[in-house]
Formats: sequence, structure tokens, C-alpha cells
Amino acid sequence: MRQVFHKSFYAALAFSMLSLCACANSDDDSTKRVDVQAGDITLKLPAGFTATVFAENLGSTRHVTVNTNGDVYVKLARLKNGKGILRLRDKNGDGKAEDIMGFGNFAGTGIVVKEGYLYASSDEEVFRYKLDANNNVINPDKPEKIVTGLLSRHEHEAKAIMLDNNGNLYVNIGAYSNACQVLDRQKGSPGMNPCPILDSAGGIWQFKADKLNQTYGDGVRYATGLRNVVGLDWNTQTNSLFVMQHGRDQLHDLFPDMYDTKQSAELPAECMYELHQGSNCGWPYIYYDQFQHKKILAPEFGGDGKKEGGQDAQDPVVAFPGHLAPDGLLFYTGNKFPEKYKNGAFVVFHGSWNRAPEPQEGYYVVFVPFKDGKPNGNWEVFADGFSGGPQLTASGRAKHRPCGIAQAPDGSIYVTDDNKGTIWKISYKGK
Amino acid sequence: MKKQLLTVTGILFCISFLMMSQTKPVQNTLKASVERGKKVYTERCLTCHQADGGGVQNMNPPLIKTKWVLGDKTQLITIVLKGLNTGVVIDDIEYHNVMASHADLTDLQIADVLTYVRNSFGNKAKAITSAEVKAVRAKLK
Ligand code: HEC
Repeated sequence: MRQVFHKSFYAALAFSMLSLCACANSDDDSTKRVDVQAGDITLKLPAGFTATVFAENLGSTRHVTVNTNGDVYVKLARLKNGKGILRLRDKNGDGKAEDIMGFGNFAGTGIVVKEGYLYASSDEEVFRYKLDANNNVINPDKPEKIVTGLLSRHEHEAKAIMLDNNGNLYVNIGAYSNACQVLDRQKGSPGMNPCPILDSAGGIWQFKADKLNQTYGDGVRYATGLRNVVGLDWNTQTNSLFVMQHGRDQLHDLFPDMYDTKQSAELPAECMYELHQGSNCGWPYIYYDQFQHKKILAPEFGGDGKKEGGQDAQDPVVAFPGHLAPDGLLFYTGNKFPEKYKNGAFVVFHGSWNRAPEPQEGYYVVFVPFKDGKPNGNWEVFADGFSGGPQLTASGRAKHRPCGIAQAPDGSIYVTDDNKGTIWKISYKGK
Repeated sequence: MKKQLLTVTGILFCISFLMMSQTKPVQNTLKASVERGKKVYTERCLTCHQADGGGVQNMNPPLIKTKWVLGDKTQLITIVLKGLNTGVVIDDIEYHNVMASHADLTDLQIADVLTYVRNSFGNKAKAITSAEVKAVRAKLK
């Protein structure tokens, strides 16, 4: 007992001395963090930032988008009172939504507002609504059907969407499989080579943003070899689509002789890719190992954890730790945050489950600085604490699971949570 | 001669030893089954249904007092033998992942893991025996 006390005392002493030194040595306060009470949690943010609850108890709020007038639209993964889209208005500018209106009779994930149209997806279709001069939805009960008949087979069914500046719509069609085994997730079942899923899923499809009733035949398989993408954004600096892939699960469950539970918790990396027409990111044949910095042949296809593969597949732009579940991506183009945030990427990690029996991880928003369209320095955790504390993170019983992210005209950002339906507004108030 | 006798006794001894260890009766108490079942659960079910049986939001359903866990034994055994991909709905939440077949587990392992699940996470239900698993497996073939 006494020894324990002594040990922790010295550890605490050493730690406080260390932190004193750290403070004394740097006037860069980008590493300083402040605690901000925001609803039922305390968020940890970089010094100078603040967070407020914009709205709460909305249901399963997934992706979010903000119109030029400040109206916030959020997509619900489950209907609430029969509605699948919410419009939230902050009428008096107090940072809270007073006016909340629901419409749309379909559930889903994707939502993007652009140039007078609001696009939203179900798990099989993409619709759009026209907005009037006062930014009101003209016909909330009669959207136009832009894309129809997309595959949704119970796994990776969410259709995340994005628009470019050239009238194109990008839709993620997730693979209905973990690693393209003959029998999905079954121990001992081999990988299918070539993987037949890639013909109609496991990639990003491109459609025309203004043409009605398109289906597979009208679209282009823009990028392939992507197991599942939820977070994606159009980068206006590079004029290209960036996506976050959800890496494969269950390396230990399926190959206990090759991967122990710790390796299985950390591998493979959750990857950010920059896409161009014809991009191939390698799923299911390879996964990216962030420790070896290599594309490793998947064990279902003859891999052993070391053999490389995917000579025809591109490398990720950034490789994050495994299973954190990146559900939101935003390139920050505002002027309100400090200079280092300009054109950098915010990635929202929904939080892991596939790390069990090891502690779970994630439930935070990270920031990756970018320069000239390329990452410029290490990523860091930007906003932490959504889970409600370290124990709730480790057990995976997080209070909130961050999912969508969008930038407001006033330069602040919104982050959604699909567990309890909270939307936070994070702003910079200066030092 | 003596040497031969020795070998024969040696072989006999080995055989009887092997037979003894093979016929060593499986402990049929609830406690023993739950203990063995926990090991199977940790290796084969835990990643998806989690250590507390609470599952994963929108993906893998909880194993806490559901109609499948507490209900009909044949239906429950069938889920483990055949897997499930129909979109289970519990409390208005649909679960969107795939459960593979676990038919590679032995009858005893399946009996044990289900007995463990039925007597953990706040559940209380009758044990499942390997004979019951065997019967269901035979019918599915
Ligand atoms: C790959 C993840 C995964 C693994 C491993 C897994 N399950 Fe499941 N399990 C699921 C999913 C997903 C469902 C629901 C399937 C659906 O909705 O059609 C489910 C459904 C069930 C159900 C019925 C629904 C309920 O919640 O009561 C039971 C019982 C069950 N699993 C028990 C087990 C047992 C026991 C094991 C280990 C032998 C196991 N599962 C392994 C994912 C998994």
C-alpha cells in the first residue's frame, strides 16, 4: 500500500515537473487543452475554442450540412415522428436552434446542400429538394429522385454522398462484406478472387447531380477497392474527392494463429485516400499496415501478415489507428480558426467496437494540417470527451458517438452524434 | 520373453491410460458448463457482442434478455449453427451486421456457450445440452 503511494507520488511529481518544463519551453499553445462543459459531457478542446449544444435529443443524427444562410440540415438513420431530415434554424443567433422542422419520409445517412438544392440519401436512393429564394424547401413531400436501385445488403448500407463543383454527385456503395470471403465473416472461408462484389459495390460511383432516375448503368464506377466509406469531402484546393475508408474487421477472430488480440485491435489502419477517376484502394486483397507502412496481402488471399500485395493499389494519404470508424470528413475553408486549420482536414471518429477484448478507442474529432493539398505534420486529437470519460471509451459504452461534421458560414463547425442526437457547435473565441 | 511381456504391459498401460482420459466424463454441472462457455464466448462471440453482452449500436444486437436468448432452444441453437443475416430488430433498432455460421464449434462448445449466454448479462434460462445441439444439427443437415 505504502509502496504504491510512494510510486504514484513520485510519478505525479515527475509528471508535474515535466509539464512545468513543457509550459516554460513553448509559447505555442496549440498543445494546450481546455475543458468545456457542453451538455452532459466535458469536451477537451485546443485553447481558445469553445463548444455549445446547438440541439439535442434529435434521434440518430448522421451527416449534417449548412446552407449559406446558416440553416442546418441533418439526416436521420431512423425516422423520428415519421421524418428523416431535420432543418434547424438559429433565429436569434444565440448558438441554439429554436426552429426545428422535419420532412422526408426516408431514413439514411447522406446530406449535402449546394446552390439551391438539398441532396439526401436513403440506403438505396438519392433525392434532391429545390430551395426557394428564401432558402425554404419548396416541396418537402415531393423530392426529385436522382439515383435509384443501389445495392443495400444489410452491411455497410449507408450511402454517403458528396458533390463537386462540376455538377457531379458521388455516392459510396459499401461492400456488403468484411473481406469478400465466400461466406462472410466465417472462419476458414476463403477469399473470392476476383471479388465479384466490386462490380456493384465496394467503391464510389459518380452520377450527374441534375439527372433524374439514374441507376448503375447511368453512373460511372469512379473508384474501387474501398470496403466502406462514410466520411468524405470535396477538397477545393486539389479539386479532388477525399474519402475515409473503414478498414476490415476480425483479423484475430478469423486468423487467431496469425494475429493476437492486440494486433487485431490495432490493425489495419483506417485510411484517408485522395481519389481520381479509376482509383483503386486495394480492398479486399490487401489492407494497410500503419506500423510496417506497407500494403499487406489479406490472409483470406494467402497473406501471412508480412507478405506485401496490391501493386496496383494506391497508398493512403494518412493512416490512422485501426477500427476507429471514421464517419465524418471536412476540409476547413473558413477564416475564423487559427491559420494552421486553414485547408486542413477534420476527421470524426465514431469509435471502435472491433478492438474488443482490448479497450475501445475513438469517439473524437482529429485534425490533420494540410499544405498545398498534402498533409503537413502529424494529426492530433482536436475534440475529445464525447464518450463521457475514459472508462466509457474503453468499454465502448460511449454516451455520444460523433458522426457528421459541417462548416457554418460564420466559420464555426457543427458535429453530430448518432447515439443521442446531440449537435455541438464548436467555435474559436480567441485567447 | 521378459522383454516382450514388458512391451505388452507397456502398450496395455498406454491404451488404458488413453481410454481413461478419453472417457473422462464431461462435467455436466451448470457451473462447469458456464465456465467452459465463457472461454468459447471470449474466443468466438465477444468481438461482436462485447464483453458485457450489450452488443454494438446499430450493428450487433445485445444478448441481454432478448427473445432469442431466453426463448426457444432450437431457434437459438440454429442461429449459432447457421448464422443470421435477416436484420434483427430490437426496441425499434435494426442491426446491420452479419453473423456467420459457427458450425465448426463442437456440440459441447455450442451447448456451453449458449448456457453461458443464458446465465450471464442478467439472463436466467435453462442450460442447453450437447445432446440438444446434436439433435438440431442432425435436423439441419
Ligand atoms: C461477426 C459478428 C458476430 C459474431 C462473431 C457473433 N455474432 Fe451473434 N449476431 C451478430 C449479428 C450481426 C446478429 C444479428 C443478425 C441479423 O440482424 O440478422 C447476431 C445475432 C445473434 C443472436 C440473436 C439476436 C439476439 O440479440 O438475441 C444471438 C442469440 C447471437 N447472435 C449469439 C451469438 C453467439 C453465441 C456467438 C458466438 C458463438 C455469436 N453470436 C457470434 C453478430 C455476431
